[in-house]
Amino acid sequence: MAVIVDGDTRLVVQGLTGREGRFHGLRNRDYGTSVVAGVTPGKGGQDADGVPIFDTVAEAVEETGANTTMVFVPARFAADAIYEAVDAGIGTVICIAEGLAAHEMLRIYNYIRPRGITMLGPNCPGALSPGKANVGIIPAEIFREGAVGVVSRSGTLTYQIGHELTQRGLGNSTIVGIGGDPVVGSSFIDILERFEADDETELIVLVGEIGGDEEEKAAAYIAEHVTKPVIAYIAGFTAPPGKTMGHAGAIISGSSGTAQAKKEALEARGVQVGTTPTEVADLAASTAGART
Amino acid sequence: MDLYEYQGKELFRRFGIPVSEGRLATTPPEARAAAEEIGGPVVVKAQVLTGGRGKAGGVKLADDPGDAEQKAEGILGLDINGHVVRKLWIESASEIAKEYYLSITFDRGAKRVLFMLTTEGGVEIEEVAATKPEALARLHVDPLEGFQPYQARRLIYGAGIADPEEQKQIAKIVEQLYRCFVETDAMLCEINPLIVTPEGEVRALDSKFTVDDNALYKHPDVEEMRDPEAYPPEERAAREKGVTYVKLDGEVGILGNGAGLVMSTLDVIALVGGRPANFCDLGGGGDAQGVVDALEVITADSQVRSILFNIFAGITRCDVVAQGILEALSQIKIEQPIVVRFDGTNAEEGRQILADAAPPNLHVEPTMLDAARRAVELAA
Repeated sequence: MAVIVDGDTRLVVQGLTGREGRFHGLRNRDYGTSVVAGVTPGKGGQDADGVPIFDTVAEAVEETGANTTMVFVPARFAADAIYEAVDAGIGTVICIAEGLAAHEMLRIYNYIRPRGITMLGPNCPGALSPGKANVGIIPAEIFREGAVGVVSRSGTLTYQIGHELTQRGLGNSTIVGIGGDPVVGSSFIDILERFEADDETELIVLVGEIGGDEEEKAAAYIAEHVTKPVIAYIAGFTAPPGKTMGHAGAIISGSSGTAQAKKEALEARGVQVGTTPTEVADLAASTAGART
Repeated sequence: MDLYEYQGKELFRRFGIPVSEGRLATTPPEARAAAEEIGGPVVVKAQVLTGGRGKAGGVKLADDPGDAEQKAEGILGLDINGHVVRKLWIESASEIAKEYYLSITFDRGAKRVLFMLTTEGGVEIEEVAATKPEALARLHVDPLEGFQPYQARRLIYGAGIADPEEQKQIAKIVEQLYRCFVETDAMLCEINPLIVTPEGEVRALDSKFTVDDNALYKHPDVEEMRDPEAYPPEERAAREKGVTYVKLDGEVGILGNGAGLVMSTLDVIALVGGRPANFCDLGGGGDAQGVVDALEVITADSQVRSILFNIFAGITRCDVVAQGILEALSQIKIEQPIVVRFDGTNAEEGRQILADAAPPNLHVEPTMLDAARRAVELAA
């Protein structure tokens, strides 16, 4: 089954004719994802290595039955691209673009949620269901098929943890990057709910970082609704308050959003928190071992 | 990006929020001239991007221009929480009958805009929230609905403001503040205190203003307000070169790709007994020139005793990073030992490039943990 992306994904890439969009869009296709269309206004009728390009998302949906979009346009055009996709009937939006204005994303969030749209990002690496589909920039060769679901606010940190899981013989059901911005389309809770319902996921790894309170909310949700074991990692124990640590959302405001508070909230609800990526992988391996 | 009080007030003024008359001064004679132009008693206020300036002696009342010059003399150069005062805001002194508090923030948890209003102004809002939560009126606004006048009424009645003249003025300020917040892409606009004068006039006596960095391209007028001198020299140099860098105060210089991995690297350095000197993210691309620029910024910090490269390459390629390291070594004098950990795309090629060149004082380690331990050892 997997979550977010799988064999039923029919992907349109907004910005497929750009350098980065083309590189990753075609890489996703080579992995086995059905990349059915690209959209670039003014380039309708062309193709990118055989993938047809349309002027509008509406046309792409009508002609190809696309159900998922990957947004690879520059940040200042991303809001427009997301509204266009949603209004054309796309149900899943994966926004790789980084640098969207926070107010724009706040409006998008409030627009998509009542419409039942699934969104990852902005500023996210996408989602990979090994053996099924890859949408985004996650290097698929690091991961194997398996039963560990990973949900993360960070890209490369996820690769680090995924790599260590693979070294211990653990594969993944789906790796979901929800994005590093202050407001993103899906929260940890949204993805935890899907992993809980997913038959292929037996164990969940949650990778959080400083800023906001989504990890604290996830802790409460896990205690109430998640029966599968969850292992967590939090980055940013040494981050000073008031400084943005690379991700727009990774900032300690006053005394809120610290790594320590998140760790304590998770542990208070019985979630094991690893202190290093290596320890997270060790905890996952021993938990998985204990279950088989 | 945080704005100084005077810059926030300038934006308030543009949106019709009443503020006192004032002038900027950077020297005592300028402070005197400003006080002369304004006339009457003035307040001399340190302009710093940190709180607690009142307690630190950064705000003084002056009776006349001579007094203003003297007070300016005493405040300029003060160190307030590590921020040296270089600018003063000379403002017409206000008589204060009441001190209220009004703010609008970006509530990332609720995914809404949040207004807060209380008659308990002039103190830290966290204190009011903790000790007198019933006095704090809070209201969330759906950004798609936008501002509606009823929201101002709910806040005003909720905060217990009964005077009709005050109600009228504050309702207007609430609406103007919403426009100001949205139209400048602010993350926070705080007025503390929002004063009522003995004559019943409502005015913003202070401002705390933060604008979304990602939206600055839409607001060149706000971007221009950035004061490069308010940041440590290393951070200033980093901004000019387009390097994502935050200065910390340890000895191990850190360079990695991806914000989460770099944060994690800092934590691991601390866990194995070291202290990180900085946060530095090469980003997704990480070309050779980017590596050279980043190394230049990191080594400009004289506290750095060793440097750790932690690369898990996805889009980034380790061979390119290795080339960058060699280029940097040939262009700039780097005395500190460098520890490198490569994994992911072209890791083997990257290690080979470094092994072939075999620069002195460069150590390659197989894992993140090993590399962190080595970097801490070398910094000792």
